Amino acid sequence: MCLGVPGKILEVKENDVAQVDVDGNQLDISIRLTPEVQRGQFVLVHAGFAMEIIDESLAVETMDLLKELQKYRELGI
Amino acid sequence: MNDKTYMKELLQEIQSYKQEVSLMEVCGTHTMAIARSGIREMVPANIKLLSGPGCPVCVTSQGDIDAVIKLCQEPGIILCTFGDMMRVPGSDSSLQEERSRGADIRVVYSPLDALEIARKNPEREVVFLGIGFETTAPTIAVSLEQAERERIKNFSLLSYHKLVPPALEVIFSDPDIRVDGLICPGHVSAVIGLKPYELLAAKYRKPCVVTGFETVDILEGIIMLLHQMSQGEARADIQYRRVVRKEGNPVAVELLERIFQPEEARWRGLGPIPGSGLKLRSAYECLDAAKKYQLPQIADLPIKGCSCGEVLTGKISPRECLLFGRGCTPLKPVGPCMVSHEGACAAYYRYTPAKERN
Repeated sequence: MCLGVPGKILEVKENDVAQVDVDGNQLDISIRLTPEVQRGQFVLVHAGFAMEIIDESLAVETMDLLKELQKYRELGI
Repeated sequence: MNDKTYMKELLQEIQSYKQEVSLMEVCGTHTMAIARSGIREMVPANIKLLSGPGCPVCVTSQGDIDAVIKLCQEPGIILCTFGDMMRVPGSDSSLQEERSRGADIRVVYSPLDALEIARKNPEREVVFLGIGFETTAPTIAVSLEQAERERIKNFSLLSYHKLVPPALEVIFSDPDIRVDGLICPGHVSAVIGLKPYELLAAKYRKPCVVTGFETVDILEGIIMLLHQMSQGEARADIQYRRVVRKEGNPVAVELLERIFQPEEARWRGLGPIPGSGLKLRSAYECLDAAKKYQLPQIADLPIKGCSCGEVLTGKISPRECLLFGRGCTPLKPVGPCMVSHEGACAAYYRYTPAKERN
């Protein structure tokens, strides 16, 4: 039920509403919970709301996890 | 490094951990993602993956479902609900059956759709059935805020919302449930942040990792848990950093605190848990459907032969339930865990080869 899908903000409208693109479908959602969101950003869409702004730059950081663990292993800890 | 190579490396890393551990996820979307991707079969046998009370539809108590069914029979009411609730069996009926008998029940995508139905039908009473965790509750809080602002008098909420951390506390305290680490729900945590898990991790000495929903996310989350265990640590960490911030979503939290206050709620499988539900604060009482229609609290009647309670607490796997695949299938479900497509039984059933189902 807590399913969220990513959507790209196409336009920020009045009254906490924004138009987003989700998988090629355009729909209006509420941005009451993410008031700082701007056009072009990706958001997590749940039940007609932008729940959170997605920070794609942080997605890459978790890929470094394995390297870090391998380093631990080499050090024998 | 592409996803496939990276996934292989992650699996190799997981295979290097030899201790026996039980990890629990508490999110229906994780239940589905783990079943669909086959992660349970990919990881070695010493790493057991359990499903906990992560499906809001499944944890709704039988008495509360019976109360909703009673409410929708009131003349003049339009009951709005998320689709997952329609087929959940009450003691004598379901919302779907009630609709076929003439009750006006409408499936909505967003609580704002329910508010729009109230605007368009000022002569009718519109009740929104509030089921969900901290992810969904803020969206309903916004609809209540708007109803208040626009003075929409024919809109109310039947709040069966549940909060995840108090249920985790019950799971961690139960000596019959072995959980060594927690795969924490990604989208609930986007609202509540890391603090509730920090408190739990410190109190019960169990690592907690907020995890995303891609296969790679879940494998990374598992490694982060295993790594903490091998180091003798018990911290709360975030794997799903592209969405979840340590402080959560302060706008959503402020709204929840302003409109709701915690109260005891009844959970299927876990019983009554203090402070695990959300009731409307007195300033918003006029939007409380339970008060408006003086709904009585209906006792929980057990469903004969159904083991959803044990499944929801990870005490048994869905396949250990005597009804699984025999008397209880997604087409003819007996308990809610087989109804909701995010329920553990439905997820197991869908991704278990037919010959192994019973």
